[in-house]
Amino acid sequence: MLAFLKTPVASFQEFLFLAGKAFSNVFRRPHYYDDVSLQMDIIGVGSLPIVILTGLFSGAIIALQMSRALNAYGAASQVGSIVSLTLVRELGPVLTALLVAGRNASGMASELGSMKVTEQIDAMRALGTDPIQKLVAPRLIATAVMLPCLTVISDVLGLVGAYLVSVPLLRLITSSEYWSSSWRALVYNDLAQGLIKPLLFGMIIALVGCFYGIRTTGGTQGVGHATTQAVVVASIWIFFATFVIDKIFVNL
Amino acid sequence: MAEQSEPVVEFQNVNSRFGNQWALHDVSFGLRAGETRIILGAAGSGKTTLLKAAIGLVQPDSGTISLFGEKVTNRKERDLFALRTKAGVLFQEGGLFDSLTVRENVEYPLVNQQTAERLPSDEVERRVREALRFVELEQTLDQFPSELSGGMRRRVGIARAIVTEPPLVLYDSPTAGLDPITANTIMALIAKERDVRRTASLIVTHRFQDGELMANFRYNPENEELVPVEELEHADPAKARTKFFVMQDGEIVFTGTLEQLEETTDPYVKRFGKH
Repeated sequence: MLAFLKTPVASFQEFLFLAGKAFSNVFRRPHYYDDVSLQMDIIGVGSLPIVILTGLFSGAIIALQMSRALNAYGAASQVGSIVSLTLVRELGPVLTALLVAGRNASGMASELGSMKVTEQIDAMRALGTDPIQKLVAPRLIATAVMLPCLTVISDVLGLVGAYLVSVPLLRLITSSEYWSSSWRALVYNDLAQGLIKPLLFGMIIALVGCFYGIRTTGGTQGVGHATTQAVVVASIWIFFATFVIDKIFVNL
Repeated sequence: MAEQSEPVVEFQNVNSRFGNQWALHDVSFGLRAGETRIILGAAGSGKTTLLKAAIGLVQPDSGTISLFGEKVTNRKERDLFALRTKAGVLFQEGGLFDSLTVRENVEYPLVNQQTAERLPSDEVERRVREALRFVELEQTLDQFPSELSGGMRRRVGIARAIVTEPPLVLYDSPTAGLDPITANTIMALIAKERDVRRTASLIVTHRFQDGELMANFRYNPENEELVPVEELEHADPAKARTKFFVMQDGEIVFTGTLEQLEETTDPYVKRFGKH
């Protein structure tokens, strides 16, 4: 009766195995520093333009939408604190993670998937190198380090975007009111949440991307399938993880 | 004496199934230093599986396989990496990393192997150039595999397999899909590698001529060419060191020398002999 659960449970188990091996390889020699820095460049520097744009616009849009609602209650001065809370706690980490998932989980899945179907992963094993250590661990480290950095950049630019809308454009409040209210709204709890989330999302993106890449079968079509699945599954996990973290932090 | 030495590769009653088809069925043999085995057989008869099992890339269902006296079967993947560095492998299509240049491909085993001591970069460069000179492709250092012809890719694959100077080299269909002239060049390189460094070789192929060349020719380092064994002053007793296997449905149905293969009456085995 529960046969339909067999495949997803088995693949989740495989995923946990891969994750376990990848984490243990992070601390094990040899370390492939060149691969880590190359991945940091691809994931971190490569995602900067899109993260900057999205950050700016998401802040600006929240400010625009909120200004109407807040005006109705005569609370337009609160725009700074609302924007900073939503951005730092929730939208900054989640939006950035979704963008990076779209960009890099797919990239990892297709790169590793192509290597798998052309026997390059077997070649790697035959040449005496561990594909998990050489391919997965560097991507895991790079994404887990770069995503929090990208999120901070996105948060800051979101605040700038909201500032541009609420101060020079709509003239809701003064510049100093905006910045002090948005800064005062944040407590350590928010910052912790805003940094733990991208760290966790980064791990999810790298592991899901590599997992679907490494288990690719069935030629070029298989690579396409692995890529799509990696993005979909990584996105779902991001939403699920953010819900769980919110639940924990709300109770703190 | 090589004959008394411990086998480099040893299979004992190895069985492996894919679904309800045998990939390897009761396979037992030993390969000693300096020996060559030519593995012939129809597509899907288990030739590639045999090669992959030898270095633990696939694990059989039963039986034991040892490499340099160490067990490969029932070992953790992690423990096998060091052992695999002693074997060079040429994959069916070369198995090159397509996003790395020829130089990076050939130096890959030198700079990435788990057990590799950090070689100084000029030593790496020297050995990469030496391996590429061996296959006569030194000029392609900075090209990508996609820019090379099929035969050249195969030769780069050989350079990568031998750059660490392994005592055992496995070749998976080194001449598949190549024209006869290029195929001969590749086989000449394999014979040269065997004779210059006395490596043990397992060669999977579907061309009888490949095995014939390995059995009948020796590399003469003086004028740098292959000469027929008969022309050598001291007739090489090693002719018998090149043996042929013929596989059918995972089973080794024939073992013997070139002459024995030519004289066989078995209708299946005969198809892989000289016509």
